[in-house]
Amino acid sequence: MEENWDVAFTFFKIWFSAMVGLIMLPAMFGVSLGITEVYMKVLVKTLEWATLRLQRGRGEQQILKQSLSSGIIQRGDGSMEQEIGDLRRSRPKPQVGGDFTLSDVFYFNRKGIESIVEDQVTQRFTSEELVSWNLLTRTNNNFHYISLRLTIMWGMGVVIRYCLLAPLRITLATIGLTWLVIGTSLVGLLPSSRAKDWLSELVHLMCYRICARGLSATIHYHNKENRPTKGGLCVANHTSPIDIVILANDGCYAMVGQVHGGLMGVIQRSMVRSCPHIWFERSEMKDRHLVTQRLKDHVADKTKLPILIFPEGTCINNTSVMMFKKGSFEIGGTIFPVAIKYDPQFGDAFWNSAKYNMVSYLLRMMTSWAIVCNVWYLPPMSQEEGEDAVQFANRVKSAIAHQGGLVDLSWDGGLKRAKVKGTYKEQQQKMYSNMVVGDDSSD
Amino acid sequence: MGSRASTLLREEEIEEIKKETGFSHSQITRLYSRFTSLDKGENGTLSREDFQRIPELAINPLGDRIINAFFPEGEDQVNFRGFMRTLAHFRPIEDNEKNKDPNSEPLNSRTNKLLFAFRLYDLDRDDKISRDELLQVLRMMVGVNISDEQLGSIADRTIQEADQNGDNSISFNEFIKVLEKVDVEQKMSIRFLH
Repeated sequence: MEENWDVAFTFFKIWFSAMVGLIMLPAMFGVSLGITEVYMKVLVKTLEWATLRLQRGRGEQQILKQSLSSGIIQRGDGSMEQEIGDLRRSRPKPQVGGDFTLSDVFYFNRKGIESIVEDQVTQRFTSEELVSWNLLTRTNNNFHYISLRLTIMWGMGVVIRYCLLAPLRITLATIGLTWLVIGTSLVGLLPSSRAKDWLSELVHLMCYRICARGLSATIHYHNKENRPTKGGLCVANHTSPIDIVILANDGCYAMVGQVHGGLMGVIQRSMVRSCPHIWFERSEMKDRHLVTQRLKDHVADKTKLPILIFPEGTCINNTSVMMFKKGSFEIGGTIFPVAIKYDPQFGDAFWNSAKYNMVSYLLRMMTSWAIVCNVWYLPPMSQEEGEDAVQFANRVKSAIAHQGGLVDLSWDGGLKRAKVKGTYKEQQQKMYSNMVVGDDSSD
Repeated sequence: MGSRASTLLREEEIEEIKKETGFSHSQITRLYSRFTSLDKGENGTLSREDFQRIPELAINPLGDRIINAFFPEGEDQVNFRGFMRTLAHFRPIEDNEKNKDPNSEPLNSRTNKLLFAFRLYDLDRDDKISRDELLQVLRMMVGVNISDEQLGSIADRTIQEADQNGDNSISFNEFIKVLEKVDVEQKMSIRFLH
């Protein structure tokens, strides 16, 4: 019995020191030993091989896979004027009264049915579909037949991911978060000074680097010369809470958000001690004026860290950018747009908060292959003359969508939970009314 | 470790749906995955709320009428079979389907497409579009933008043009007659990918 304990203890000691020596220390100082690179190379080769196997296994179903990524239907893209005009072509325009034919409903009907089969919004809130299977069971919905060798490969993957990677990652993340809480609390005890700011940045950076290792994150930063500077406002598209870890690996930000309970609350409270993050109580969040004012004050102080904001206000599944809430663009100051795009092949980074809570989401992340993502810093943008906040927000959004290769949508991400406003329907009705009575005779 | 979607949707079921609706195997599985993602209650059926959650449908002036078409009278749930049966109306008519046996008319025939449109107007399902029903549907489409008077005259004229037996309403046969020049086959079809 004693001996067993000894063995276990020695094993634990080796495990722990290997982890500290090989991962923690390099992570803290931002150097890489090249282990991740080797792992990624092996991984890419394996997935390539698996794709090849899959294709050979069902060469005849190639077409299915191609159309999978492009959707179920090809939507008509004509405007209401064009399409209804087309429908009415077969009959002459009446001399008096409004212009209406019984076939006008065909237009609305087709639009409606199309949106039932495939719509722009709801599918952005579910995991994106993969072009090829990445050997994770959870993404296996569309790939049926699997050969023996693939199955063995998949089994080995499970063992590696759950028995080796997951414990390692969980330990790392725990250490990272504990260090964040302890470190920031300690730094918070110091009097305000430049040394404090410097230490605070160091602690933050270290923790995020350890956490990033905990997710096996491989991050490619592009155009680093455009990195947000102090007194600026960093605006990024939002896929998951991990976005923060990804961005904070390459610089410090002041976060804006709502105070959470539980574990998140503890982290938030200790972080704010060392560095001026902006947390709001739930009740304060509703007071838009107060929120804007506090952000304005922060931006006005050029010594403070750039603010990080996700103006979509909710997580989108890494395929598109949805409406940017105009609030962030009313603050003034320079906007630093950032586009984040994850590589879905190695793991689905989207947080489907309706389906998974924070902890089970993180566990899913830690049992994925890896997190691979690209971050593009875009040139700073500021509001142009004669441009209102909404137009400015849209301009920034298009820039991010274009850079990240994401679909640029004008729909509100809030539709994940709320119903669509009646005014949009009224717009449709107005448009149709104009076709019935003409633009000028409606009064 | 097959896929979850395929274990819930049995191969025989797919075959039956294929026969009934004319959709291909891969179309059925893809529409099934759409069906399950709409099914927030995860009980294998869709309710009206499930449909209304699609923003593009919620802003459609005739959204409620279209949703209604998925539900048999008196029911408030539709299963995958029913869902597919309704969608089948909008499959384009393929060349080899045109000269089929007239006794078993496919769901996507011209007549069935027209019947679907007719039912959008026929609120009380009595197989006639009355002036009142036409007015109500018109109101849904135009909102508050057109006066009662003007809408009334549009309805009157439309019925006059279509009505042949003088009962001041439009029967399905009269509906077919009025729309005989319209390219129903194309306008009431959706380009489903193979």
